[in-house]
Order: sequence, then structure tokens, then C-alpha cells
Amino acid sequence: MSTSSVLYDAPGPKAKARNVLYSILFVIALLAVAYFVYAGFDKKGQWAPALWKPFIEGSTWTQFLLPGLLKTIEAAALAIVIALPVGALLGIGRLSEHRWIRVPASTIVEFFRAIPVLMLMVFAAELYAYYTDISSDTRPLFAAVTGLVLYNGSVLAEVFRSGILALPKGQNEAASALGLRKTQVMTSILLPQAVTLMLPAIVSQLVVVLKDTALAGQLTIGYTELIRTSGTITANFSNTIPTLIVVAILYIVLNLILTSFASWLEARLSRRRKSPKETPRGAQAPEPVHIATDLDVGRAV
Amino acid sequence: MWSRILRAGAAVAALSLALTACGGGGGSSSSANLADKAKNDKKLTIGIKFDQPGLGLKQPNGTYAGFDVDVAKYIAKQLGVDESGITWKEAQSAQREDLIKKGEVDFIVATYSITDKRKNEVSFGGPYFIAHQDLLVRSDDTSITGPESLTGNKKLCSVKGSTPAQNVKDKYAKEVQLLERATYSQCITSLLNGEVDAVTTDDIILAGYALQQPDKLKVVGKGFSDENYGVGLKKDDTQGRTAINDAIQKMEQDGTWAASLKTNLGQAKYSLPTTPPAIAP
Amino acid sequence: MFDFLNNPDYDLVGAFWTTIQLTFWSAIGSLIWGTLLAGMRVSPVPLMRAFGTTYVNIFRNTPLTVVILFTSLGLSSTLGIQLASSSSPTSLADNSFRLAILGFIVYTSTFVCESLRAGINTVPVGQAEAARALGLSFTQVLRLIVLPQAFRSVIAPLANVLIALLKNTTVAAVIGVGEAALLMSTMIENESDSLFLVFALFAVIFAALVLPLGLLLGWVAKKVEVKR
Repeated sequence: MSTSSVLYDAPGPKAKARNVLYSILFVIALLAVAYFVYAGFDKKGQWAPALWKPFIEGSTWTQFLLPGLLKTIEAAALAIVIALPVGALLGIGRLSEHRWIRVPASTIVEFFRAIPVLMLMVFAAELYAYYTDISSDTRPLFAAVTGLVLYNGSVLAEVFRSGILALPKGQNEAASALGLRKTQVMTSILLPQAVTLMLPAIVSQLVVVLKDTALAGQLTIGYTELIRTSGTITANFSNTIPTLIVVAILYIVLNLILTSFASWLEARLSRRRKSPKETPRGAQAPEPVHIATDLDVGRAV
Repeated sequence: MWSRILRAGAAVAALSLALTACGGGGGSSSSANLADKAKNDKKLTIGIKFDQPGLGLKQPNGTYAGFDVDVAKYIAKQLGVDESGITWKEAQSAQREDLIKKGEVDFIVATYSITDKRKNEVSFGGPYFIAHQDLLVRSDDTSITGPESLTGNKKLCSVKGSTPAQNVKDKYAKEVQLLERATYSQCITSLLNGEVDAVTTDDIILAGYALQQPDKLKVVGKGFSDENYGVGLKKDDTQGRTAINDAIQKMEQDGTWAASLKTNLGQAKYSLPTTPPAIAP
Repeated sequence: MFDFLNNPDYDLVGAFWTTIQLTFWSAIGSLIWGTLLAGMRVSPVPLMRAFGTTYVNIFRNTPLTVVILFTSLGLSSTLGIQLASSSSPTSLADNSFRLAILGFIVYTSTFVCESLRAGINTVPVGQAEAARALGLSFTQVLRLIVLPQAFRSVIAPLANVLIALLKNTTVAAVIGVGEAALLMSTMIENESDSLFLVFALFAVIFAALVLPLGLLLGWVAKKVEVKR
């Protein structure tokens, strides 16, 4: 079922009228909620210009918001860059023919997918504080990245695995027939194709990583990412709600850009995979291979 | 293609980790005492709070303001270090001992109470201020006059993992409810909107918030514990400790101490102590 | 070795019970609200479709931490929405607990909605066409024909959402709900000598909750899958 319109008939005059009525009722309900929120905040003076003025001043951005945002992006970028090779190794490890590789790889993946990132970060923060000499400037970053890599590496391992499994069997067979060794088959035939398939899934995973960096400022982890630095804005101007709204908008914009990039990438890649020449009559056009991104399967929560 | 990606990824990861690792850490590893170090290097790294109005607050213009900041600057000056030679570093409560032990800061002035437990790990100069645990309430609230009046299902807000709130609950009001938030600013939001009846922690911290909204908030002013704020430095740096104590004493005698307290917190509805505490032997 | 467990302040069972309760109520709420959202996204009323899309795009892209903070500071503190009677002796804790559930529902329902929408797409076109030919209305088509089949095909993704939700309930710690992550953070701070033990304890319990749940739901998914 490709379009949702099969779910209902083309509206006739009566249905059209009914839809208009529903629309009006729905708008009224939405407006009521919006007004309730607006009036509620207004009553508490949350729209007072003084609380919002800091956000039209450059210094608030250069001192607090942008450095925080930069730290958020830094942690996310580092985490994905490290998680990718880790995930690739674990994913390939799970496909290995050797039990002694397959079992540990599977155990690691299953274990770290089951543990909340927040707990991983709290543990890593404390671990580094007690057992390492990492400077306190970078320790929270290490803790955040460690938590993110352990979790997302495991998730990406599954993405890699399904990417490799999704390739036509003939690829493996043909490569083996040519006399390539198993590692050669993997590194020069399977992985390059799988990575292209997986790119959208990887970009989607970046959204998850970016959202999870928000945990790194909480509890005892103390990474000065966006939410944490926004606390200093609140301490200066006592504008908790406006700050929270601005921070939320920043996250949403950033993630929307990433999500649209992922969809664009997916559309582009699947277009490229479709055979450019017309398929022979009667033969079915090859089904575009689609790796379930985490957003599709809902794991990206 | 794959191995190229792998190699590039690993290189980027290693490089960025190395960069961030080198980027931080201005701390000194010299074993010299604080006073000598300051004299020779003309530089100090000082730990303060970044988000505590009236005490240590990072402002939008990039400077730092507050009573703790003034004390830190004064001590630095007495040690022969100008303001330009000071590197400010955020000292989050849970990390203070660690920062000192690992030599990442030279000393800390950040609402740092002197306790026996902490004395095992670090040395303290001072005290330079005696704070008392107190309650912050809405200006129009007359029902709360002290910890004993927290009866009848009163609600109290404090920061996660802090002892003050538990103190009140244990000692004065068993039936009081506690809301634990991440920051005091969030507690203030709850207080202003009537979700809680009082915020509790040291009076001087509360005064900093009361000052921001003087028509809406007041400090009750019935302190019920003594918190000796000290300047934390490396354990067993006796010379450094003496130098800090001398500086604090001088600050108290030449009027800078009182003046700083007045400029930073004087407008709060809270009576500031006029006499500085005696330096601990 | 596990001496610290004797400390009465460390209510391990209570903390995990809170985690489970948070997950349970949030799961039910997310399932209901997520289904409604999915219905809106495929409905004949353009405005509802637009609302569904906007809602999903906004909340799927907001960190859960921000959502949870907003329920507490925005809804409760500022708008004065109290979800527990203020005269109750545990009103603050109850309120935070319920607000957290509300936040989880707001966030998790977007993933339920998207999974379900993908599930609707797997139902063969003929099913809906036949239903319409019988004269069923949109809500009837959805309720009687399409959704039951869609649900069966998305048990596996929904199971993933549930597991993610179970882990996400740890975020309730940021507004002070006494669940597992908050307790772990406190214990780690106080018992720094037993750092590894404490972490291992919490990790194993979490794994013991998540892994069987995953296996069980995987089995259910296979059982009810529509064979095509």
C-alpha cells in the first residue's frame, strides 16, 4: 500500500463538508491548547521582553549558546567517527565463521544495547575520574563519547550486519569463485557495497547520537554541552522557560537538517541503484534494496 | 575503498582525541608551593563557580563576577599575579577535590565548605566567610519563619545530591516534601510559581538569587548551621596556605572584604555579616 | 563484597520497580497516542495530516532530556499543571513521576506512530480496496481491516520501541524521579570503591530486564506475523 489514499474514497460533496467540519473542530481544539499554553505563560510573565532580550544579543550566543552547541556537535561527531569502525568490526565479527569471534562479538553487541546510555556515561565519568589522569577539561567529553560509542557501536554493528546480509548472495559467491580470500571478499566486495546501502541509516543514527549528547550534561557527568551551558544563561537572567524553548529549537533545527539529509541521501542512492536502462519486458524491475534504518524500525528512540 | 574509509576514520578519531587531550589541562605539575609558583610564573589557575549569581557567575560579556571571584582576585594579587594572569576554571561541586589533587587548579574559591572529610584530601585556607543554611521564600510568604515552621505539608526544593535538604528533613520537619532539581535556578522557577514553598541551601547562595528578583524573593534569615567557606588548595602546602591566609586577613582588614560583599550581595533582602570570620589556626 | 546493599538508603528493588512502572504506563500511553497520531497521518482531513506530521517531526527531533525538563519546568512549574493532589504527603514525588510518564508518552508516541505507519504500508492495497467496496468508512477501514493487520506486522519494531523506552526511563532522573539511574548515580558517588560492582549490578539487572523482553516479543512477533 504505497499511498494512504486507498484508505478512503475520493471525497464527495457530503464527505467534503464533513472534512471541513472536522478541520474546523480540530483547529478550534488546537487553538484552545495553544491559547492555554500562551495564556499560562503570559500569566507568569514568561513572554516579558526582558527574559527574551538576551537571545537577540550577540554576547549570549558567543558566550553560551554557540560554545555549548559546538561541544554538543563535537561529542556527537567524535562518537560517530569512533563508533563506525567499532560497529563495523563488531558487525563483521558477528558474521564470522569462527565461534570464538562470533560469540564475544554477539555478547558485546547484545549487552551494550541493553544498557541505558545515561548509565554508561555516569559509569565512564566516575571511572575516568578515579582511575585515569585525564584532565578534568576533557574527562566529561571522554565519558560522554565512551557511553555513546559503546551503545551506538553496538547499534551500528547490527546495521552493518544487516547491510552485508542484504547484499545479493551472488556477490559473495562470484568473489569466492574468483579465488579471493574471505577477508578480501569482505573488504573489497561486500563492505564497499554495504556501506553505500547503509549511509542513510548511519546518518539517521547521527540524529540519535546528537540527541543523546543531551544526557552528558546531567547528573554527575558534567559535560558542558548545550543544555548545561544554557544553565548559565538562566543563572544570569532567570529565564528558565525562554532558554529551554530556544535550546529546544536549536536541537530541532539541527536534527531536522540531519533527518532531511538522510532522506535525501536515501532517495538519491535508491535512484542510482535502479537500473538506468529499461528493464526487459515482462521482467520485474529489481526491487531497490532498503536497509531498515533505526528510524524505520523504531530503535532510534 | 573500505580500508580507506577505515583508515581515515581511525586517523580522524585518534587525531581529534589527541587534540582535545592536549587542548585542556593548564594545570601545573611543579611541586613548588603555591606562593613560589605564583611569584615565578605570574600565572594562576583558579577554580570558581560559573553559575552562582553573587558568588561566581560567568557573564555574557565573558567576565566573571561575584564575591568568590573578588576573593580569588585579591588573593592572586597578594601572591603577585595580575588579573590578566588568572585562568578561570569551572569547579563543579563534585569535582573540587579532584581538581586540586590532580593539580589542575592552583586553588579553589567556590562556596567550598571546610569539612573534616574534605580535609583528608585537600588543605583549606580561611575561612573567609561563614554561611548558614537558610530558606529562600516568596516575599509575600509570612508563614515560613525558620526551619521549625516547615509544618503542614510544606514543600522544599534543593539540588540533587546536596545535603542541605536532607538536613532540614532529618532535623526539623519529618513531613516536609523534597523536590530535587539539577540546579538552583530550576528550584527558583518552582518557588516563584508556587510549586514549592521554599528553597534551601547556604544563605549567601540564596541571597544571590534573591538579589536577581528582590521584589519577589527573600531570605528568611534564620540560619541553622555553620558552613565555613575556605579556599581549597593542595594538601600539605603549608606555605601556600599561610600566604592565602595572609591575603584573606589583609582583605578583611583593608575593607575590601566588606566592600566586595556589599557590591555583590548588598542589595539582597538579607543582612550581611559585617565582621569577617577569624582565620582557622 | 556487596556490603553497600545493606544500606537502607539504597532501595534497589524500589528503584527498579519505579523503572518498570514508568515503562508500563508510558508504553500504554504511547501506544494509544501513537496509534491516534498514525490515524491522523493517514486521515482524509488534510489538517490532521499536517498536524500529525508536524508533531512527529518536532518531538522526534527533540532530545528526550529537553522534553522531560519541559514537562517539569514548563507544564508543572509554570503552567501549574499538577498531576497529583497538592495536599497529598507525597505530591511532589507523585507529580514528578506522572510528569515523566507524560514526557515519555509525548516522545515515544512519535516512534510508535512511525512504526505503525510503516506497518500500514505493508498491508496489501486490495485489503483496503475491498473494505471500501463493502462501504466501510475511513475509520472502519482503519479500525477493522488495516490496523489489525498492520499491528501484527510491526510487533518487532514496536518491541524495539518498548525496549528503547525501558532504557529511556532513566532520563526521568533529571527531574529527580527515584528510578534506577538516579540510584546508581548516588551509589557510585558514595561508594566509589565499589564502582565496578555497582555498575555491574545495575547493568546486569537492566540486561536481565531487556534481553528476555526482546526474546519474548521476538517470539510473539514470529507467532502473529501475517504470512504472505
